[in-house]
Amino acid sequence: MKIHEYQAKELFRKYNVPVPEGQPVFSVEEAKHAASKLGGFPVVVKAQIHAGGRGKGGGVKLAHSMEEVETLADEILGMTLVTHQTGPEGKLVQKLLIEAGQNIEKELYLSLLVDRGTASVIIMASQDGGMDIEDVAEKTPERIIKVQVDPLMGIQGYQLREVAFGLGLTGPAFKQFSGLLANLYKCFVENDCSMLEINPLILTADQQVLALDAKVDFDSNALYRHKDLLELRDLTEEDPLEVEASKFNLNYINLDGNVGNIVNGAGLAMATMDIIKNAGATPANFMDVGGGASSEQVENAFRIILADEKVKAVLINIFGGILRCDIFAQGVVDAAQKTGLTIPVVVRMEGTNVDEGKRILADAGLNLTSATDLSDAAAKIAAAVN
Amino acid sequence: MSIFVNKDTKLLVQGITGNEGSFHARQCIEYGTNIVAGVTPGKGGQKMDDVPVFNTVAQAVKETGANASLIFVPPPFGADAIMEAADAGVELIVCITEGIPIMDMVKVKNFLATKSCRLIGPNCPGIITPDECKIGIMPGAIHKKGNVGVVSRSGTLTYEVVDQLTKLNMGQSTCIGIGGDPVNGTNFIDVLSAFQADDETSSIVMVGEIGGSAEEEAAAYIKANVTKPVVGFIAGLTAPPGRRMGHAGAIISGSSGTGEAKIKAFKDNGIHVCENLGEIGRICEGAFK
Repeated sequence: MKIHEYQAKELFRKYNVPVPEGQPVFSVEEAKHAASKLGGFPVVVKAQIHAGGRGKGGGVKLAHSMEEVETLADEILGMTLVTHQTGPEGKLVQKLLIEAGQNIEKELYLSLLVDRGTASVIIMASQDGGMDIEDVAEKTPERIIKVQVDPLMGIQGYQLREVAFGLGLTGPAFKQFSGLLANLYKCFVENDCSMLEINPLILTADQQVLALDAKVDFDSNALYRHKDLLELRDLTEEDPLEVEASKFNLNYINLDGNVGNIVNGAGLAMATMDIIKNAGATPANFMDVGGGASSEQVENAFRIILADEKVKAVLINIFGGILRCDIFAQGVVDAAQKTGLTIPVVVRMEGTNVDEGKRILADAGLNLTSATDLSDAAAKIAAAVN
Repeated sequence: MSIFVNKDTKLLVQGITGNEGSFHARQCIEYGTNIVAGVTPGKGGQKMDDVPVFNTVAQAVKETGANASLIFVPPPFGADAIMEAADAGVELIVCITEGIPIMDMVKVKNFLATKSCRLIGPNCPGIITPDECKIGIMPGAIHKKGNVGVVSRSGTLTYEVVDQLTKLNMGQSTCIGIGGDPVNGTNFIDVLSAFQADDETSSIVMVGEIGGSAEEEAAAYIKANVTKPVVGFIAGLTAPPGRRMGHAGAIISGSSGTGEAKIKAFKDNGIHVCENLGEIGRICEGAFK
């Protein structure tokens, strides 16, 4: 689960990780009020959306006067910000972060993440802050410091020193950074983060270390033990159909194409999307109803797919193991009858109780095409939309 | 032979009195698996059908000699259940549970490094040696005894592959789902090395998906160590970057974890690549002749 920069910074404050003074605002009036409380200029006006690349997209600007705060806040609030992470449709800016400008001497990079290969927390740092870390990793990998922390032992003093020296810090900044990193590790572990990134982490002219940006992603599987973090979820940042699907524990992702699809199991669902593409059509979504879905869940899945206006045909691909084909078929029939199905549907079913499932679909008198196998299903769905 | 499980495996089921646990335990018994015990804390002394239930794994192992465990507990208790089984000396632990927090698995993995057991999963369908032993939730009937070893990160996708193999009369030695989580126990390389050493396995199907670099590492391993023919498939070529595709591990981060990179690694290392799932049975038929 992603959160906004201002929320991540509030979390940092709780862990004594220094961040610039500032506050989130929802209107131009609030922006002016927040700026006046900072007691000086420049002030930074930052768009709050769940995507990176905001600065390049024109969502982060410096104001040198109250008039400029007003102009910029007015300009950025309500704009559709397009960055390399938002996709071409962009994201509507509904909140700003108003922050005190800093006198930057040096920009650094710092992140923590769970490394799947080594089953440990990895700390990554670089003196090349403010840049895309993937570019640094590709072009100058020697400029990235990587430290692996044993999760059973926690972060050790020598590891803090390794990162701090590696970043070229000395004197009070060295000491301050070591404390910051220890606190950040604590924050990471205690809140079940899956990723935490500060880019840039800055060294100010008066040798203070500050998190100028903050990006935090939490492990969705661990949110059950962090009820407080759940309140940080911003539903307006998510696709409405995806929000609806999540209410029914359906794994759904809205995509660009026009072939809706419903599949049981994540791997098979991905492979089904690929097959649609191979056949010359494009998937409108990823929809995994789960290995053991109920007929009610299937009905909801079907309803959500049909609510997507770009969907011109639906491919249903079920390999009945735990999820029996008869139960699945009943869910499809119920949903089709309730929604008044008007678009072509191709069904490919295999596995437990498949004959009963096929009988239920045939008896329902719906406009369904049945497919004998995956290749047949792909050809039929492509023919339906092309 | 087969790998990891056979007709002599003595299984216990953690969470046997729950809905899923009891349903799948019965399915396993019906398939012929020797389930000797169940474990549900607080329900020791009861029975699930004819299976005795114990309070702890240690007790169950002591009383019944169980050497494998199948775990069905809810995600908040998943890590604990795995560690309990490992501590009780269970040799093979198969964890079906989906949704265990990644930090829990990170700790489990480091804990298991000090033990001599094998973990399969979590978030997996389990393992089956056809006609001998089924430890998991896969539909038994689609399998057929034979010589193809199957290893996969997925559940239903594996059933699809196995179904096509069976229909073309290519039976399986052992089929293993290693699970869709980013941090798991047994990995592709562990299974590949076991298949390579197994007399009964003459060819291998490897089913991967986007996210992480396990397939690339496995491909390099195959080139260096595996002499049996391997067919590889990758799911998720059309997946958008940055989104988690159902499985917690199926996510393209930056430039790593893409399907293209994995397919290239397969091709570069002599693996027969299947680019269309509908064709995998026929591709295996050609490659395994």
